[in-house]
Amino acid sequence: MTAEIFSTFNYWMVIMLMMTGFYVVIAQGNLVKKIFGLNIFQVSVFLFYISMGKVAGGTAPILADGYSVYSNPLPHVLILTAIVVGVATMALGLALVIRIKAAYGTIEEDEIEKLEEKEQ
Amino acid sequence: MNFEAHLPALQVVIPLLAAPLCFLLRQKSLAWLFSTIVTWLTFAVSVMLLAAVRENGPISYHLGGWEPPWGIEYYVDTLSALILVIVSGIGAVVMPFARISVEREVEAERIYVFYVMYLLCLTGLLGITITGDAFNLFVFLEISSLSSYVLISLGKDRRALTASFRYLIMGTIGATFYVIGIGALYMMTGTLNMADLATRLPELQKMEAALAFILVGLSLKLALFPLHLWLPNAYAFAPTVVTVFLAATATKVSVYAMIRIVYSVFGGTAFFDHVGIDETTMALGLIGMIAGSLVAIFQRNVKRLLAYSSISQIGYMMLGFSLGNVFGLAAAIVHIINHAIMKAAMFMAIGCATNQARVVSVDDLAGLGRRMPLTMAAMVVGCLSLIGVPLTVGFVSKWYLLRGAFEAGLWPIAFIIGLSGLLAVIYSWRLIEAAYFAKEPEGREEVHEAPPSMLIPLWILAGLCILLGTNASWTLDLAIDVATALIGPAGTGQGGGQ
Amino acid sequence: MIRREPVLRVSSKLFIPFIMLFGLYVQFHGDFGPGGGFQAGAIFAAAFVLHAIVFGVSETRRVAPPWLIRLVLAAGVLLYAGVGVASFFMGGNFLDYGVLDHHDPVHGQHLGILLVEAGVGLTVAGAMITIFLTFAACRIDGKPE
Repeated sequence: MTAEIFSTFNYWMVIMLMMTGFYVVIAQGNLVKKIFGLNIFQVSVFLFYISMGKVAGGTAPILADGYSVYSNPLPHVLILTAIVVGVATMALGLALVIRIKAAYGTIEEDEIEKLEEKEQ
Repeated sequence: MNFEAHLPALQVVIPLLAAPLCFLLRQKSLAWLFSTIVTWLTFAVSVMLLAAVRENGPISYHLGGWEPPWGIEYYVDTLSALILVIVSGIGAVVMPFARISVEREVEAERIYVFYVMYLLCLTGLLGITITGDAFNLFVFLEISSLSSYVLISLGKDRRALTASFRYLIMGTIGATFYVIGIGALYMMTGTLNMADLATRLPELQKMEAALAFILVGLSLKLALFPLHLWLPNAYAFAPTVVTVFLAATATKVSVYAMIRIVYSVFGGTAFFDHVGIDETTMALGLIGMIAGSLVAIFQRNVKRLLAYSSISQIGYMMLGFSLGNVFGLAAAIVHIINHAIMKAAMFMAIGCATNQARVVSVDDLAGLGRRMPLTMAAMVVGCLSLIGVPLTVGFVSKWYLLRGAFEAGLWPIAFIIGLSGLLAVIYSWRLIEAAYFAKEPEGREEVHEAPPSMLIPLWILAGLCILLGTNASWTLDLAIDVATALIGPAGTGQGGGQ
Repeated sequence: MIRREPVLRVSSKLFIPFIMLFGLYVQFHGDFGPGGGFQAGAIFAAAFVLHAIVFGVSETRRVAPPWLIRLVLAAGVLLYAGVGVASFFMGGNFLDYGVLDHHDPVHGQHLGILLVEAGVGLTVAGAMITIFLTFAACRIDGKPE
């Protein structure tokens, strides 16, 4: 049982991180914290891909004499794209938070909802 | 250079290249002119693609000359060509309408941002449709999503900001779920090419977890019933042009992606028999049909009313998708096209009214039937299509949905479709009553008919509602072809993958 | 106030050229080893970020005016897509670098990836600098300085 858990150690970590991030997104009322939760959530998926590309005993995927086993570079490349997307999402999210702060004077979700209810 | 051979790449590259150029132009009328030319060019490319596909069969384009499954493949068959035509078509028709509407609803120094983001969003949506690579789909999904968050936040109402933020959170969770699913598929099969994935069907059938992630992710993007919370405010407070464009294309492209993944990759009906997800999606679709219409009846804001009606219409598409027979799937595909046209027409009519008379709530429409006869007539055509009156496009898709339901032996569904149609009558009637029978408020300034640059695109769409309703076979034949290719010949209800 | 700290000012003046040089190294060594446009762009932008932290945003705006950054940002994407379109005209598929050199496809591949990575580097650097400067220039009430 323990051996089984340790052989899939990376997945356990990924799932823990993923759920942490997801929980933060749902439970936190502060918009900045939501964005960071979202970022943790995305990073867990990056880890999932990166750890998936590891080949036991393999070296970094750069051609060199004396090595024949390489890690799989494709998931890393895919995640490079996803990281850029993550950065863009975070920048856009934080920019929106700044404008929400300017428009509502608060970044707490429940206070914003109260203000919005008045406008309806 | 052989122009025709490169059509699939041009479809995406033209708007992609145009976006940074538009960013450099900055001057708003120049940006508008440039984007208009580009969108119409894109539309021309997609029409040529559809013609080419009908003539010579599916086109596979290898990016960078790398053979699939190693390289990224653009794969165009009738289904994707059809969606490309509708997305780029709406994108092109909206442009002439956009100039005046954007001027009024977006702050002057941000107008060029609108055109840049519009082009990027178009790139993303076309990319989702054309790509044959599961991860590439994610990249395009994010291009279109990120630009649509910006587009929504351009609205002048401050609630546009919170709507955009909410969409950003939910959209990103959806896209990330999709990536998790794709990652799991890649781990099991070692490939990301959709066609190659489909050949590994037996392996895929063990991948319920991956499919669950993908389905939930895409359902968030397409606003399937319990996951629709981002949609109403996003549509209501975005600038009207953005609402027209997103309502007509964004959710539809996600429905397309769902059909593509479930039917082309996972093998559709055979897979339904195996895991039974069709019952879940069908139930959610049915609840969405009723709940969306019910909530729509009680809305005061016109755009919110139409947004809830969109949620109920997405229920129709998911119902057709889940029926698992040719008529049902064909209905879903036809409804993607039909709903895109009628919702675009309705939001555009509201956009004209907003532009001329600052319409926000349903009551503001009062008396406009006489003041803006052409605009309101187009709105009525849209309402009739939403209800599904014969000779309009709405009827065609509902009729085939009913046939699909009967063929699947699920006759109680017919009642639910009827009930949802009845509810559509009620909320449509509220609009029509306000426009034609309510007393005009006193002290309002003189309201004039919308300018031709707004009326012509509006009537192109409203005309299509009727034209495609009376000549249903134009779209229906293609849709049945597609459905037959995905499922197998009509009546058998069986058959596998590609 | 940081702006009066002579140690910080002098040492960052010393560091900034080397950060940029390292960025260029990562950019152009990407053909043979770890590196490439994404990383290089981020490192290159870090030099500007450091400059803005030490000397103030308005000073950085003077060194890297918004129109220039905008040009860099757009030029990167245009370079990337332009290479793709060039490969159309030379008889290959989109982004098929092999056709860029008539004599030797391997040379073509080298040239293509070099240009594309340069485009990526420009865009990433431009985007990072824009993001940082825009946020740094915001006051707490959200209005630009």
